Amino acid sequence: MSSFLFRALDARAGIFVALMALVIVLVPAGNLLVPESSPFHVPTYAVTLMGKYLTYALLALAVDLVWGYCGILSLGHAAFFALGGYAMGMYLMRQIGTRGVYGDPILPDFMVFLNWQELPWYWYGFDMFWFAALMVLLVPGLLAFIFGWFAFRSRVTGVYLSIITQALTYALLLAFFRNDMGFGGNNGLTDFKDILGFDIQADTTRAGLFAASGLALVLCFLICRSITRSKLGKVLVAVRDAESRTRFLGYRVEHYKLFVWTLSAMMAGIAGALYVPQVGIINPGEFAPANSIEVVIWVAVGGRGTLVGAVLGAVLVNFAKTWFTAALPEFWLFALGGPVRLRHTLPAQGHSGPYRERPIDVWQQIGLRPG
Amino acid sequence: MSLLKPLLILFSLLLVGVLPAAAQSDPEALRPLINNLADGNYDETQRQIEEIAATGNAAAAPALEALGEGDLYFRKSDGMVFIAVREGKIYQLTDPLTLEAAGEAGRRDVKKIRVNNRLRRVIRSALGSLTLMAPDPGVRMAAAEAIFTARDPDGIEALDIALDAETDDNVRRVMQQARAAAVLNSDLGPEEKITAVGTLSDMGNRQALSLLLSVQSTLDPDVQAAAADAISKIEQSIAAWDAAQNIWFGISLGSVLLLAAIGLAITFGVMGVINMAHGEMVMIGAYVTFVVQEIIRTSAPGLFEVSLFIALPLAFLTSGLIGVAIERGVIRWLYGRPLETLLATWGISLILQQAVRTIFGPTNQEVGNPDWMSGAFELGQMTITYNRMWIVVFALLVFAGLMLVLKKTPFGLYTRAVTQNRRMAASMGIRTPWIDALTFGLGSGIAGIAGVALSQIDNVSPNLGQSYIIDSFMVVVFGGVGNLWGTLVGAMTLGVVNKFLEPYAGAVLGKIFVLVFIILFIQKRPRGLFALKGRAVEA
Repeated sequence: MSSFLFRALDARAGIFVALMALVIVLVPAGNLLVPESSPFHVPTYAVTLMGKYLTYALLALAVDLVWGYCGILSLGHAAFFALGGYAMGMYLMRQIGTRGVYGDPILPDFMVFLNWQELPWYWYGFDMFWFAALMVLLVPGLLAFIFGWFAFRSRVTGVYLSIITQALTYALLLAFFRNDMGFGGNNGLTDFKDILGFDIQADTTRAGLFAASGLALVLCFLICRSITRSKLGKVLVAVRDAESRTRFLGYRVEHYKLFVWTLSAMMAGIAGALYVPQVGIINPGEFAPANSIEVVIWVAVGGRGTLVGAVLGAVLVNFAKTWFTAALPEFWLFALGGPVRLRHTLPAQGHSGPYRERPIDVWQQIGLRPG
Repeated sequence: MSLLKPLLILFSLLLVGVLPAAAQSDPEALRPLINNLADGNYDETQRQIEEIAATGNAAAAPALEALGEGDLYFRKSDGMVFIAVREGKIYQLTDPLTLEAAGEAGRRDVKKIRVNNRLRRVIRSALGSLTLMAPDPGVRMAAAEAIFTARDPDGIEALDIALDAETDDNVRRVMQQARAAAVLNSDLGPEEKITAVGTLSDMGNRQALSLLLSVQSTLDPDVQAAAADAISKIEQSIAAWDAAQNIWFGISLGSVLLLAAIGLAITFGVMGVINMAHGEMVMIGAYVTFVVQEIIRTSAPGLFEVSLFIALPLAFLTSGLIGVAIERGVIRWLYGRPLETLLATWGISLILQQAVRTIFGPTNQEVGNPDWMSGAFELGQMTITYNRMWIVVFALLVFAGLMLVLKKTPFGLYTRAVTQNRRMAASMGIRTPWIDALTFGLGSGIAGIAGVALSQIDNVSPNLGQSYIIDSFMVVVFGGVGNLWGTLVGAMTLGVVNKFLEPYAGAVLGKIFVLVFIILFIQKRPRGLFALKGRAVEA
């Protein structure tokens, strides 16, 4: 395993991992160790905000793995993200115990409110962290596996696949809005108290969650990196560029696709699970089809088919979003729509195939590099 | 309060159009008869009431009603009769025929016209026959319906007389039903009641059903059996009508889907372009309607009825031009890269939404319905609203028009050629870039006129397009790309299936089932119901 991961560490990846390690150490340290009066102090809200960006980056990484390297444009990855988030949210709900508004030791507040008498069967086990963590991986993974097994086996590709992934997340959105699904309906799950016994509001917990998000991102990055640099990765790129040809060469295309698709969904699930305790709420809005498209935009902005680009794209776009919505709320959608259009209207120079792996061109995007 | 009741009656009579009828039989002709009520004993009064009833003039109804309530007074000085309400020491007088205020009178100046229980009964039947014999069929119908709801056995006699004289078949039917209802509530013999049950069973709607269910327990065994038969028969007919109503709702929803999706089917089918900004074209069409109506409101209110016809070409042009601009500016650089087109047009959709939000504000705009779009009519036991009906008609017209354009015009020929084989078409001298731009403009323009129609049934807000885009995609993907018939069948199927699932599963779950169904369907037929065959598929 370790050799598998280390193989991924070439110079470029090394720089990224080193930078991430620096961030993982410095940001929590700046929050916890540096006194508030110091200019180097990192306020708690910034830690949480950056932690949120890191989970987004992980989601973007997952999308990039399937879209950038395997040509599967998923417009429903937010569904896996939200499912992971809900699994974590259920654990956090069970942790509230008697501290809820109604003080019921077992039932979450919204169930008491809806007059439910006992816990639905699918809530069993979520009082244990290991079980919830397992579900964070299993639920999105299983859904992706079933969905992918059907879709890839019947060779649903391209635009059609994109549209049915959108249908999938839309169906889940509608389902989770229903009160009788037992996931809190419109309001979702919120009002969390603690995680693994630590107060979820405490600075130390927040710093810990930030570090956990950073570590998860680095780990997943290394996994993706080693996959894309292995023979498996070459086959994936072959599928992306010429699916039929790859099939005719004797590769079971659907198996490769299914593997990378399921893996990507699990990563999205992890991202969601880390996202929920940091923002403190998960509701059906996370399933909205527009969210999934936005993730694709991050990847597109950062540079599709470059793992570091996906991460940077997610962080940059979200940073811009935070800044824009605070400074010029009217213009956020213009700002989001604009680069997307520009990015795609730029004629691809000298490409040797429709999906030539391009270097990161965020720098070009934000105008730091001429030409 | 007691004044309110005659007023209400008058108002309801107004609603059914009694005033035009009153012009035929002048209310003033009643004045002497009404004034005669003032003198004499109970017998004399009864004779007067019957005389008034015999005129069949519905204008006498408020006076008789007031008499029954004990609110009819006569002025001692001149013997004139008024409806009066006591306010402290004086009485407020109201003319019993015109119902206009007629000044006031002291407590000693007026005297109440007294009635006893026998007279009250006479008044009730007189009121019944007054309206049942009214010259206006609408009034007679309303009176019969009132008896049906009241199930008053006293009405039977009046109904029998009225039935003898009735000439209008519709009114006659309602009167018979009213009589049946009254009979079931009376103490008449079982034979009469079985006939009544038969009449109600023929009526066959929910009203009849609830009536039968409520009286079933009070009937004799024989009649009860007949009633049980009738109830099951009615339930069957109601179920059949419910199914018909569901199909109609489904067609109505399907036509909305068709309108929203048909433009997308063109752009998607011809150019393989997934236009995520399609919903925004619909939204722009709706906003064009709004602007047209605003201008009409301020400068030419008389044109409001035709505002939609003015909006249609404008919406087509506006959305179409924006579509051409998008094609020329963005999409033509991206041919052959459908996934990137999808993202680019999504960016455009965000920009258009935000632009509209900036110009018009984020709130819903009010778009009015012209008269011919509002209201509803009954077909059997289905209620069909005019706006839904016209939208179904409009959707089919748009579909037919588009078919004509694609099949019968040179432009359509070129478009089909480009769809089937772009390179071959180009080799034959068709200027494919122009065809692309025009087709995209056509698809967007169709979306624009869909927006005009949808503005009549949906909220006009910047988010209008978003709510249709996913459904439109589902329709196009389900129906199959590059085939308008597929879009028609797809839209109607999804609409009807959705509406049939709704009663069993609820609106949300029904929609989820439909989505899951589409996901599974795509597995089975990855290219939709009506798939294009041949080389074009792989292109």
